[in-house]
Amino acid sequence: MSSATTTANAVAATRRRHTRSLASQRRWALYGSYAALVVFVIMFLIPPFYTVMTSLKTSAEISAQSGNPWFAHNPTLSNFIELIEMPDFQYFFMNSVMITVVTVVVSMVISVMAAFSLARMGFWGSSTLATGVFLTYLVPASLLFIPLFQILGFLGLINNVWCLALVYPTLAVPFCTWIMIGYFSSIPKELDEAALIDGAGYVQMLLKIFIPVAMPGIIAATIFAFTVSWGAFLYPMAYLYSMDQMVLTVGIISDLVRGDVFQWGKIMAASVLAAAPPVIIYAFLMDYYIAGLTSGATKG
Amino acid sequence: MSQVSIRKVVKSYDGDVQAVKGIDLEIEDHEFVVLVGPSGCGKSTTLRMVAGLEEITDGEIWIGGDIVNDVPPRDRDIAMVFQNYALYPHMSVFDNMAFGLKLRKVPKPEIKQRVDEAARILDIGELLDRKPKALSGGQRQRVAMGRAIVRHPKVFLFDEPLSNLDAKLRVQMRTEIKKVHQTVNTTTVYVTHDQVEAMTLADRVVVMNQGVIEQVGPPQELYHNPGTRFVAGFIGSPAMNFLPCRVQNGAGGLTVRVGDSMVLPVPPARKERYASFKDREMILGLRPEHLYEYHDDSKPGVARVEAPADVVEPMGMETMVHFFVNGIPVCARVDPATHAVPGETLPLSADLNHMHLIEPETGRVV
Repeated sequence: MSSATTTANAVAATRRRHTRSLASQRRWALYGSYAALVVFVIMFLIPPFYTVMTSLKTSAEISAQSGNPWFAHNPTLSNFIELIEMPDFQYFFMNSVMITVVTVVVSMVISVMAAFSLARMGFWGSSTLATGVFLTYLVPASLLFIPLFQILGFLGLINNVWCLALVYPTLAVPFCTWIMIGYFSSIPKELDEAALIDGAGYVQMLLKIFIPVAMPGIIAATIFAFTVSWGAFLYPMAYLYSMDQMVLTVGIISDLVRGDVFQWGKIMAASVLAAAPPVIIYAFLMDYYIAGLTSGATKG
Repeated sequence: MSQVSIRKVVKSYDGDVQAVKGIDLEIEDHEFVVLVGPSGCGKSTTLRMVAGLEEITDGEIWIGGDIVNDVPPRDRDIAMVFQNYALYPHMSVFDNMAFGLKLRKVPKPEIKQRVDEAARILDIGELLDRKPKALSGGQRQRVAMGRAIVRHPKVFLFDEPLSNLDAKLRVQMRTEIKKVHQTVNTTTVYVTHDQVEAMTLADRVVVMNQGVIEQVGPPQELYHNPGTRFVAGFIGSPAMNFLPCRVQNGAGGLTVRVGDSMVLPVPPARKERYASFKDREMILGLRPEHLYEYHDDSKPGVARVEAPADVVEPMGMETMVHFFVNGIPVCARVDPATHAVPGETLPLSADLNHMHLIEPETGRVV
């Protein structure tokens, strides 16, 4: 009896020790994770924080040497109001919105259809073509802008904001197609076969089965196309020079930096306004975005 | 009018690998036919050719009196149930079942009526608003069947529909499939690798092996009179025992000699049939249930055999005893009351009235 009790106690002690060591290991792992996360959060959030703070300051406060530069002591929206009233800024914003909407729509229509045919219709050379699509994505954008400049010049589209609606899809379509190929490939083959037997043609199959099922992937690709178009800097810089044709990214710095005069308050206010749409869209679609990327990654 | 005729159908990939090697099969109206065989025997390929999901390399497939070689799946008037259900994940159960009807522009009230009717048959009326994600495996399989039933097709095609279910549910769904067929009475082609499913469901079983049909017949016929060694070994669980033997003249007439020690008398009714195989190397096939605990009765054709038990598997209503004859594993099915102990010699009766004699060269049962 007593020996049995001793054994039971020993077992319980071992179990406790194991539990404790597991719990402490977990605790240390969590400390490590938090420390790393804090460093990253500080690194990534300080610039936007400083941007927002500066945008709320008057020019006098920005150039003042005294006081804590990290806070706006007399916060004002005057930078935003002046900016919104500037006709140039209105052009920039409208142009960016217009080009982005067109880019997203065109890229998604092309890449969804391309991905569906490459992933599912299995025609001769489809897998080579799929690899080819991905390879085009590997060509750096900075190498392409000179030949593209020639093409746009030939088309008479230099200094016309619509040239971007032609150029951006060439950057967005390959990657979006690649994401969508991965996503469509992860959909079981039986689903198309069931749809075929139920009486669907390829178009109905795409519209009624594939697009709804692949919605997370489509949202991920849409966000990518949006980011390509909204944040592009090099192409508008190279192809546009009139203020009324300009988009936000280049417009802000070319309009608000004159020689060595930097209108910091307005530049920061413009940056906040320019960053707002992607932040809002990301915030709403983040869950879908992550689901789309991971699923494409593991099953594609 | 919904017969299916498969005439000299060949399926080959890249011109040389033949998955189906020219098979012929006539399936009658309202019949339930099960294609069974090991993986890679061509059964699924055959079903998919009937469905129109695979092209036919050569031969003809007829459905309901029309040749359908070049008819796309949607115009063949068939419905198919897949192994992994293939339900549309973004649609409710109702929409899953109604999808095919909507595409065919069936009026809404009729769609509702047909879906409700199928839901009643399958007892899934409560689930119509749910998404497939919220269903269990068995419920999903019911919905997949419902999707087939609402279409009122000429032919149902089932591609291993129960393979993804656990053992208990599989037995239950098997009964349901049989019940559904008895209710709607549609011509059915069902593919499985499970011979128990084949036996329990089929009006006729088609045993396939390496792209050819080995034998076609009602389940009992295949069980009792297999045409080939393959069918004899494939149908029945545990599988039939096969022992190399020699047909010889012995003391009481024709005998089957297995190895040196075991000499079994050929039953009188078979003597004439087996006489021509005298002095030839043959294979003796005997099902486990024809090797049972020894009773001291002198029924003709029953011989006493003794062997030390190797493994004893009590299964409740019966007990399986495994032992070796000349190094070949043999299984006997004995009464659970029999006292069998591994290592101890057990007297058994071999009922040769149910024996099969197989030609080793051709695999033919003679």
